[in-house]
Amino acid sequence: MFASLHGKGNLTALAFEFSPTVEQTAADTVTLDAAGLGRLFGRGDLWVQDVAAAMARRAAELQTGAPSEPAIAIAMASNPDAAICAARGFPGVSIIPHGDEAKFLGPLPLALLAPSPELQETLERWGIRRFQDLAALPPLGIAERLGSEGLRLRELARGEAERKLVPIEDPLHFEDDIELEHPVELLEPLAFLLARLLNGLATRLATRALATDELRLRLKLENRATHERTLRLPVPSLDTKAFLKLLQLDLTAHPPAAPIVHVWMGVNPVKPQAAQSGLFLLAAPEPVKLELTLARIQAIVGEGRAGSPEPIDTHRPDAFRMTDFGRARPGKACTYPTRLALRIFRPPRAARVALASGQPSFVEAGGIRGKVVDLGGPWRTSGDWWTTDPWSRDEWDIALSDGALYRLYCGPKGWFVEGSYD
Amino acid sequence: MQAAVLQNQFESLLGGPLDWQSRPAPERVRTGVSEVDSATGGLPRGGLTEIFGPPSSGRTSLLVAILAEATARDEFCALVDAEDTFDPGSATAAGVRLDRLLWVRCGHSAEHALQAGDLLIQGGGFGLVAMDFGDTTAARRISLTSWFRLRRAVENTPTVLVTVALESNAKTCASLMLECRRERIAWSGARNTARLLRSMVVRIDSHRARRAPRTVCSPVFTAKAI
Repeated sequence: MFASLHGKGNLTALAFEFSPTVEQTAADTVTLDAAGLGRLFGRGDLWVQDVAAAMARRAAELQTGAPSEPAIAIAMASNPDAAICAARGFPGVSIIPHGDEAKFLGPLPLALLAPSPELQETLERWGIRRFQDLAALPPLGIAERLGSEGLRLRELARGEAERKLVPIEDPLHFEDDIELEHPVELLEPLAFLLARLLNGLATRLATRALATDELRLRLKLENRATHERTLRLPVPSLDTKAFLKLLQLDLTAHPPAAPIVHVWMGVNPVKPQAAQSGLFLLAAPEPVKLELTLARIQAIVGEGRAGSPEPIDTHRPDAFRMTDFGRARPGKACTYPTRLALRIFRPPRAARVALASGQPSFVEAGGIRGKVVDLGGPWRTSGDWWTTDPWSRDEWDIALSDGALYRLYCGPKGWFVEGSYD
Repeated sequence: MQAAVLQNQFESLLGGPLDWQSRPAPERVRTGVSEVDSATGGLPRGGLTEIFGPPSSGRTSLLVAILAEATARDEFCALVDAEDTFDPGSATAAGVRLDRLLWVRCGHSAEHALQAGDLLIQGGGFGLVAMDFGDTTAARRISLTSWFRLRRAVENTPTVLVTVALESNAKTCASLMLECRRERIAWSGARNTARLLRSMVVRIDSHRARRAPRTVCSPVFTAKAI
C-alpha cells in the first residue's frame, strides 16, 4: 500500500513521521510506502482508513500556522502512481480500494498525467479528455497509433502502473562524542577515549563499505574554549591504529590549552580506494604508513621541515617552497649532464672581505678563513626591482687556501658567503 | 650422519654442491655517473654506501647525480639533510625530479638526521634514502651500533642507503665506500680576466668492504651555465 501527499508545506518531514521509505515525487508531492503500518494502526482491515486519518490529523496540525493555505490532499492506493494521481486530482482524503483504481480515477482530467504536447493535442482531437476515456481504448490500437508513451499513459489512467519508489536517502553522518565527568589533563588517558571513538566510527564506516580521508576532532576545554584539529589523509583508509597515532602526534605538537571536558569526533565518509598492484610496478611508500612516518619525522624536526621542495618561478637565489610529499606527477626521464652541486648555508654567512684591485683577496666568515687563491666573477644579477622587495648582487666563485670552493656575493647589506661547491 | 646423507641426496638431485651459506650478490643500481658505474658496478640495493671526503671534493655533486638517476627511474627518494644545505636549484639543473624527493631538513642536528633516516628505512617503499651529514663532525659521534642497526634495517629491502660525510663513519657496516677528492678546477678564461667557474674534476676511490681491491675514476662535474 502506498500513500501520496500533495499540497504545500514540509511534506517530506510529515511523510518521514509515518515511513522511512519516502520519495520526493515533485516539489509539491511526496509518496511513501505505507506497507506494514497496519501493525501500528491495528484495526484489522480498517488500518488504511486509520493511517489516512492519522495523516490528515497530523497535516491539519502542521497547517494550523497557515490557515489560508489549502488542505493537504492525501491519497492511498495499492500502487504509487495511482496514489499520486488521486492526491493530485481529489481534495481531502482518498482511499482507492484494490482493483477499483480505474473506476476511481476515471473522472480525472488527462492533463494530470502530463502527456507530451503532441500527444495531448492528438488525444484532444480524438475527444479523449478524461482517464476513463483513455482507459477504455484498446491497448493494441494505442500501441499502433501512440507508441510506448501512449501505452504508459493508458496504464497510469487505469491505475495499473507498477514501479518501485525512489526513496530519499538520509544523509550519512559519522560523528560521535563523549561528555566527560572529570576533565582530562594528560594526552595518554585522552588516547583511550580517542581510540574508543575511532573504533566505533571505523566499525560504522566498515558496515557500509566506506572509509575516510578526513578526521575532525573538537575538544571542549574547561576554560570554555574549543580546540579543533583536522587530519587529512592522501587516500581513504580505515586503519584506526594509524589514525590514533596521527592524532596523538598532532596533539603532542598542538596541545590543548586547558583540560578537556568534551570530545567530539567526526569523519568524512568516502568510498575506499581500490588499487590493483602490479608485478612490474616500482615500490612506493604505502600512503597511510608514509603519513604516519612523516608525522613522526615532523615531531622530531619540526612542522613544515619535511616535504618536497618546489622551485618558485623567479630568478631570486634560493627561492623555493615546501609542498606535501607524495603528489608525484608522471614525468619524462631526460638525460642531464653531471652538474656541480652547491651546498647552501642557511642563513648566508656574513663575511669580512679584503679587496685587491676590486677583487676579493682574503675572506673571513663563520668557520671560513683563507686567502683567495683563484676566483671567477663578478657575475651581476638583480630582480624584482618592480616590487617592494628588490634584490641585486655581484657573485664570485672563489677557491680559498683552506682547499674549498665557495660562492661569495656582495649585496646591499654587505658581503656574504652563500655556500660551497661540493 | 643423516644430515650428510640428506645433503648428498639433495646434491645429486640438484646436480651440484648445495651452497646454502653464500648469499646472492645484491642487485646494483646505476649512480648516474658513468665513470663511477664502470668502476664500482653501481650502488648495492639493501646495502649502505658511504660517500666521504673533505669539503668541495664533489661528494654532494655525486649524491645529486645519484638522486637524479633514482628519480628518473620513477623511484621515490628521501634526503635527510642534517645541515639544511640542499640546494633545490642545482638539483633541478642536475635532473632531480623534486616531486619524487622527500627532503627532511634537520636543522644542524645529526641525531635528528639519524632518527629520521631510521624512520624512513623502517617505513619502507623508498628506492633510495640518503643521509647527508655534510661538513659536520657530529657524524663521528654516531656509534657503530647505530650504523649496524641501520645496515640491518636496510638489509633485504630494495632500498639503497647512501650517507655523505667528511670521513668514513660506518666502517665495516658499509657495503661500498666512495672516497672523493678534488683533482682540479676548470675556469672559463685566463687568470686576472673576467671568467666563470666551468667544472670540477673529482677523483673517486671506490672500495668495497673486506679488503676488496680499490678502483679509481675521475668524473667531471660541470658548473651550471649562467
